[in-house]
Amino acid sequence: MNHGNPDWDLYGLHFNPANILMLFVTCLVVFLIAVIATRNLQIKPTGMQNFMEWIMDFVKGIIKNNMDWKTGGRFHVLGITLIMFVFVANMLGLPFGIQWKGELWWKSPTADPVITMTLAAMVVILTHYYGVKQLGVKGYFKTYLQPMPFLAPLKVIEEFANTLTLGLRLYGNIFAGEILIGLLATLGAGSAFGLIGALIPSLAWLGFSVFIGAIQAFIFVMLTMVYMAHKVQTDH
Amino acid sequence: MLGNTFILLSANGGGFLSSLNNPNGLNLGDIIVTVLFFTVLMVLLKKFAWGPLMGIMDQRAELIANEIEAAEKSRLESHKLLEEQRALLKEARENAQSIVENARKQGETQREELVTAARAEVNRMKESASLEIATEKEKAVAALREEFVSLSILAASKVLGKEISEEDNRALIEETIVKAGESR
Repeated sequence: MNHGNPDWDLYGLHFNPANILMLFVTCLVVFLIAVIATRNLQIKPTGMQNFMEWIMDFVKGIIKNNMDWKTGGRFHVLGITLIMFVFVANMLGLPFGIQWKGELWWKSPTADPVITMTLAAMVVILTHYYGVKQLGVKGYFKTYLQPMPFLAPLKVIEEFANTLTLGLRLYGNIFAGEILIGLLATLGAGSAFGLIGALIPSLAWLGFSVFIGAIQAFIFVMLTMVYMAHKVQTDH
Repeated sequence: MLGNTFILLSANGGGFLSSLNNPNGLNLGDIIVTVLFFTVLMVLLKKFAWGPLMGIMDQRAELIANEIEAAEKSRLESHKLLEEQRALLKEARENAQSIVENARKQGETQREELVTAARAEVNRMKESASLEIATEKEKAVAALREEFVSLSILAASKVLGKEISEEDNRALIEETIVKAGESR
């Protein structure tokens, strides 16, 4: 469990190459899945196309739950990419982790708070951007005075709280999952007795982690659309 | 550009950003890479996957709408045709019935006519036959009478022993015979 993170210093910017590697792998997997699934597009869908269409309809359903489709249609691509990205990122760390020279190289990219907070901040900044775009500057600031003007400070705090909870929820779930998998793996590797003891719990926890990973991806996209809806719609 | 800015910011030293960009704190580089990767992924996927997929889904929705419309149209049309056919069938049935009725009536009339004609013919034939019979009878009676007259004259001449002029007495004898026939 005592592992460090690799660190590269490039032109004064610090990079964690493990994060970059895992982000790249995530992007590659998502891209390959999506592109392979949408090769032979047909009016009458088969196989993988069905799966992709199911994801599209699923995200469409999330958006439609929060705002009307005329406003929300533009977030469709963001939502699909986000849900696939977060889900694949959550899954990557489950089968194994790779440490090399005491540094952790293979893990879920979402088990790193920098990445989840970046995603969360990106989403929240996007909500502000679209809020201004949809309602105008005046309309955007007016939302802070609703429902009561004296609640404005709370509304400002809410924005930061949203960002924080959105990012940390994802990080916490995935990181905790990996910690427990790591602990169980260490236990299993320790002795024959430990292997027997760890076998069933690690199987159960892996299954549960898959479930958590899917749920967290769904929650992330769901909350993205909820925040988005708060910003782009006045009638709330 | 961005890198230079960060160099400047971190070169300032001691600032907020440089504390963020600490290997033991947050990695600014990771943040940039995350946003960059995600944006690139989104753009690529939109171009290569979601765009075409959305296109095909829209196309399908359109196709389905068209099909539904066409089905509705053809349903109405078939309904109309069915009504038309039903009306035609009804008309044809009525026509057939009237034709049969007409034929029956005509047949009846014809039969009636034939019967009347036959009856008239029979009457006519009967009449002519009875007329002929009467004529023949007249003739036979006349012939018989003539024969009788000649025989009577012959007998009388034999009795009288002399020749009676046939021409002289014939009228007398014939009158007698007619009287005898009437008295009988």
